[in-house]
Amino acid sequence: MRSRHSRTPDGTAPRAERLPDPPARLWRSAEPGRSYDVVIVGAGGHGLATAYYLAAEHGIRDVAVLERGWLAGGNMARNTTIIRSNYLLDESAALYGHALDLWERWPAELDYDFLLSQRGVLNLVHTEQEVRDARRRAFANGLNGIDAEFVGPDEVAALCPILDVSPDRRYPVLGATWQARAGIAKHDHVAWALATRASELGVDLIEQCEVTGFVTDGERVTGVRTSRGDIAAGRVGLAAAGRTSELTDILGWRIPLQSHPLQALVSELLEPVHPCVVMSNHVHVYCSQAHKGELVLGAGIDSYNGYGQRGSVQVIERQLAAALELFPIFARAHVIRTWAGVVDVTPDASPIIGPTPFEGLYVNCGWGTGGFKATPAAGRVFAHTVATGSPHPLAEPYGWERFRTGALIDEHGAAAVAH
Amino acid sequence: MLLIPCPWCGNRDEVEFRYGGQAQVPYPVDPTSLDDAAWADYLFVRDNHCGSYAERWVHADGCRRWFDVVRDTATNEFAP
Repeated sequence: MRSRHSRTPDGTAPRAERLPDPPARLWRSAEPGRSYDVVIVGAGGHGLATAYYLAAEHGIRDVAVLERGWLAGGNMARNTTIIRSNYLLDESAALYGHALDLWERWPAELDYDFLLSQRGVLNLVHTEQEVRDARRRAFANGLNGIDAEFVGPDEVAALCPILDVSPDRRYPVLGATWQARAGIAKHDHVAWALATRASELGVDLIEQCEVTGFVTDGERVTGVRTSRGDIAAGRVGLAAAGRTSELTDILGWRIPLQSHPLQALVSELLEPVHPCVVMSNHVHVYCSQAHKGELVLGAGIDSYNGYGQRGSVQVIERQLAAALELFPIFARAHVIRTWAGVVDVTPDASPIIGPTPFEGLYVNCGWGTGGFKATPAAGRVFAHTVATGSPHPLAEPYGWERFRTGALIDEHGAAAVAH
Repeated sequence: MLLIPCPWCGNRDEVEFRYGGQAQVPYPVDPTSLDDAAWADYLFVRDNHCGSYAERWVHADGCRRWFDVVRDTATNEFAP
């Protein structure tokens, strides 16, 4: 077992494992103003990161982030907190690789300890074809400067001793890709760090303010209609994840998105037993242990369109069966909570970032099941796109026009789970 | 788990079905006349609203027939 999971001599968790005390008030809660240079719709990780970079890198501080519910209460509160960048295709590797670079910079830059834990990710393979695919992905990662390697069953067992790698399992572990720089971060604290810094830079964070429509002048968006009145805006950026097409529908713009429930669950608190992150596309589960001690498990999306923020019990049943296949040690752990986020999935499993057919309106959506890990890069490239009116170089391949030109970024194969 | 009303078999558990997405999306009447934008709309774009949604399911582990139902995507209630 690794040292990060050991206890200090006085029996308390080591410093890096303790949660920071939440201060009473981290950011200003703002009333909606009449007009802003930029309005960002959605105060999740991506919206907050966008606002932070608009203020910090582009000097645009007259910014409002509007949130229909509460800050970071959507998918930011519902993900499995995993960070990795071992994607197959060049466009994805560049974007998620940039995100991982920024994750490493953020604790110092944001001056906030959100418990980034680079404990490594194993993507297990269970068939000969998956071995070939994983090797190919590791080689592709190497060419793109991403730290990933293929490891055999013995190395898998060394990295994660609680995994059952015996060859007589129904789905024996034939190996894995290992990305050592990957890991987890404390998602709520990431959002609070961003909200704190954005607020300090002058950004208005406005909760309980639902965008119900747009103010338009011909083909130009000049503001938003909200549950708390109209707000004029020089530019509007949508970072509303599963709700994006609800907004674009209002403008009569049909965007290639389908919203699905994506479920996760946690076990009761356990002693530190699980040293890294383990994902398996084949048996279909991913699992890590949170700083506090819960096992955090996710699987794939439910097949049907859904906005209910809850999913199907048979998905949970299958993911638990998959987890037990890999980790017999979990057999007596209790499930404490299950929940779902509403993820917006595109036909090529890659996000849509960039200008829209409407002048002054920009969109960041379609992250599917991969939004959390991308948060810093999504915010940075979207802020650039909104500030300059043209896509950041890393975001250029991700325009919505690709569905018309055919230049798709078909990243299904390198996603951790099928979606 | 959804309890899906198969018109031939009655209410059955979701695990017996496969999802087919939005219902009543017609194949283009005159495919050769479509430009890239129209093809993209046909291939990639479907309705995605919160609320009443007409969609297709196939009773894969039952009668194996396709059918349309109307489901509320927020509450998961099926229209009668």
